[in-house]
Amino acid sequence: MIPEIGHFALILALIVALIQGVFPIIGAARGNAVWMGLAQPAARAQFLLVVVAFICLAYAFATMDYSVTYVASNSNSKLPLQYRIAAVWGGHEGSLLLWAVILSVWTVAVSFFSKHLPSAMRARILGVMGLISVGFLLFMLSVSNPFERLMPAAMDGRDLNPLLQDPGMVFHPPMLYMGYVGFSVAFAFAIAALLGGELDSAWARWSRPWTTLAWVFLTLGIMAGSNWAYYELGWGGWWFWDAVENASFMPWLVGTALMHSLAVTEKRGSFKAWTVLLAICAFSLSLLGTFLVRSGVLTSVHAFATDPRRGLFILAFLVFVIGGSLLLFAWRAPTVGRGGKFGVVSRESFLLANNVLLAVAAISVLFGTLYPLFLDALGLGKISVGPPYFDTVFAPLMAPALFLMGVGPIARWKQATLPELAMRLRWAFGISVATAVILPLLLGHWTPMIGLGLFLAFWIFATTANLVYQRLRGADQPLMARIKSNSYSWWGMVIAHLGIAVFTLGVTVVKGFESEIAVRMAPGDVAHLAGFDFTFEGVTEIEGPNYSASRGHIRIAKNGIERTLINPEKRLYHVQNMPMTEAGISPSVIHDLYASLGEPLDGGAWSVRIYHKPMVEWVWFGCLMMAFGGLLAISDRRYRLKGRTKPLPEHATEIST
Amino acid sequence: MKLIFRLATVFCLMFIASAWADEARPLHDGVAVEAQVQRLSEELRCLVCQNQTLADSHSELAEDLRQEIRAMATKGMSDQQITDYLVERYGDFVRYRPPLKSTTLLLWFGPFALLLAGGIGLFLMLRRREKSAEDLPLSADEARKVNALLNKES
Repeated sequence: MIPEIGHFALILALIVALIQGVFPIIGAARGNAVWMGLAQPAARAQFLLVVVAFICLAYAFATMDYSVTYVASNSNSKLPLQYRIAAVWGGHEGSLLLWAVILSVWTVAVSFFSKHLPSAMRARILGVMGLISVGFLLFMLSVSNPFERLMPAAMDGRDLNPLLQDPGMVFHPPMLYMGYVGFSVAFAFAIAALLGGELDSAWARWSRPWTTLAWVFLTLGIMAGSNWAYYELGWGGWWFWDAVENASFMPWLVGTALMHSLAVTEKRGSFKAWTVLLAICAFSLSLLGTFLVRSGVLTSVHAFATDPRRGLFILAFLVFVIGGSLLLFAWRAPTVGRGGKFGVVSRESFLLANNVLLAVAAISVLFGTLYPLFLDALGLGKISVGPPYFDTVFAPLMAPALFLMGVGPIARWKQATLPELAMRLRWAFGISVATAVILPLLLGHWTPMIGLGLFLAFWIFATTANLVYQRLRGADQPLMARIKSNSYSWWGMVIAHLGIAVFTLGVTVVKGFESEIAVRMAPGDVAHLAGFDFTFEGVTEIEGPNYSASRGHIRIAKNGIERTLINPEKRLYHVQNMPMTEAGISPSVIHDLYASLGEPLDGGAWSVRIYHKPMVEWVWFGCLMMAFGGLLAISDRRYRLKGRTKPLPEHATEIST
Repeated sequence: MKLIFRLATVFCLMFIASAWADEARPLHDGVAVEAQVQRLSEELRCLVCQNQTLADSHSELAEDLRQEIRAMATKGMSDQQITDYLVERYGDFVRYRPPLKSTTLLLWFGPFALLLAGGIGLFLMLRRREKSAEDLPLSADEARKVNALLNKES
């Protein structure tokens, strides 16, 4: 009964989404206030209906209703409750439902926080989001229904993929989807602006906080996924250039470009057409990513053949959304003005150059991800494109972007001069070059990649420090007042940029200085790595709720002084009969000590892999700083419009990121 | 005095402890061979896995293939020879670094061609813009409209 209610709620949601997508947009074109007024109530009704459907599915999981096909294939009676709930988005159908829920969350948020928008603009934005929702609901109801019944019902479920049975599963996908789907708001703003022909600074200002918020979620989602892979997959990697990761990374790159481009559009009125194009691309890549990951086409081009209807629907939907919005762009963009004049050397041109680099990087990732598919589909042979390719291609594209990142915020708007910039940045340049040469020599290992990575990290540190110093110097006011006189969004930019530096430093150090050993360890054996002694004290057998595990005990000491104990596990999940490794990790600011159990050998011994990963935590801490910087930028008071009557002082409206 | 006595005890205990503990043996002997196996398995695909390098995979088949590479490395075969052998057996699919040939020219040079095109396009566009006469980001009328919209209370 409950699944039928969910199914019915989805059908109603589709009808409401159609109303939300069609009438307000036509109403906005004709100036019909009643039709435009339908947008807000429809958005809220749709939200309630989709949430009801989601709760019904979660209820079916919680109560172990194995007469629902989707529940039976993604859950099991032994699965703990938190993972039964997370299993709602553990498969194809449910993750589409999560997508729809999150889209309706964003839509309803826009409907509440858009009172200051002109009513036609608001109607168009909500209408576009309604149309996107129509696509997803129609897809679910026609070919991918999570509520489909199984006759006769299964005795028990086939269980959730053991890889996904992890706390990371509970919040990583919702976080990531908040980011993906969040770009639909920027997309809807862009389409609404194209439809209405109102691409101005106000549009950019309204669109900015939404875009930044989506970017914050996407950053956190990618970070959580990377951290999860690090401790769950058991070989200490944190980024694999896997197609699924690339699918989330492409919208991030374009979204980053979009945030910066919006900043210029708001502040200087330039880049309007480019900003709109980026908004369209960011969301298109999110859509493409969702479907790439969820259609199974990545594992094999022939996955489409198992259910051609799904593939056809996906292709048609992508063509409609991406093709339609690009056509609209081609038709309306030439009418958009060009904005203010600026010189070849100016903050605008630095930002634009960085935009080009980010866009090229995103296209390259797309290229590498899809290339094997195309070759295979055209019958030109099977190839693999993996980390060695991406590392080779990506580094030369990102290095200049990171370099420009140090220059952009310091350059003047409209017209800067190279000699002036060189004067101001000479110390930063000297410090970062010196660090890049001396630091690796002190640590005893120098490669060109280590040198380049350290140079870029310290370049960003030093230029940002220079920027902050210039802004805060002078003694006419107390320091606190000088700190406060800069806007939140400016501080947000500073922190996010420092986050990139922290991230770069972490990546460089861990890639350049990590070490590992693979040893045979009997109880009592000691292995040595990076000055630490790892004593293996054997394994104990433990029983989990739905798995049994061998739990290793490894004592870590340095110079005879005991430091800590880590417990890597080797688990066997019963239902799918799948072995899993759980790494034992001792994390710290300086380095992680990481061990994973391999196979049991004769005489109570195990094969054990031990890794020393210097500064690997900085990789994720850098991402956290970026996300925090984004949040700080959103909390800027110029976005809190209520009660504001006079324009803000100049420094507060100065664009930052 | 007390301190010296304590330190001496600690040292004695440490000595005893280290005498008890056995050195863990590396799984495989031969540092140079292992380095070569590691280097190669980071470039090669585990053929039965979803999308993993040989170095990353825990699957049995990956272990077998690593063993095979180890055997070849022990015989003194070079990286190139081992890769060639594996490509002959499994096709280009086994390499995560696609070989440079007619079908992959676009893959290897596409991104850099794109960067070049983007750079040239950007430069031309900046030059053209610098010469354009337009200098006002917003006309006075537009600015008034924007402010009116932004300041409109809900």
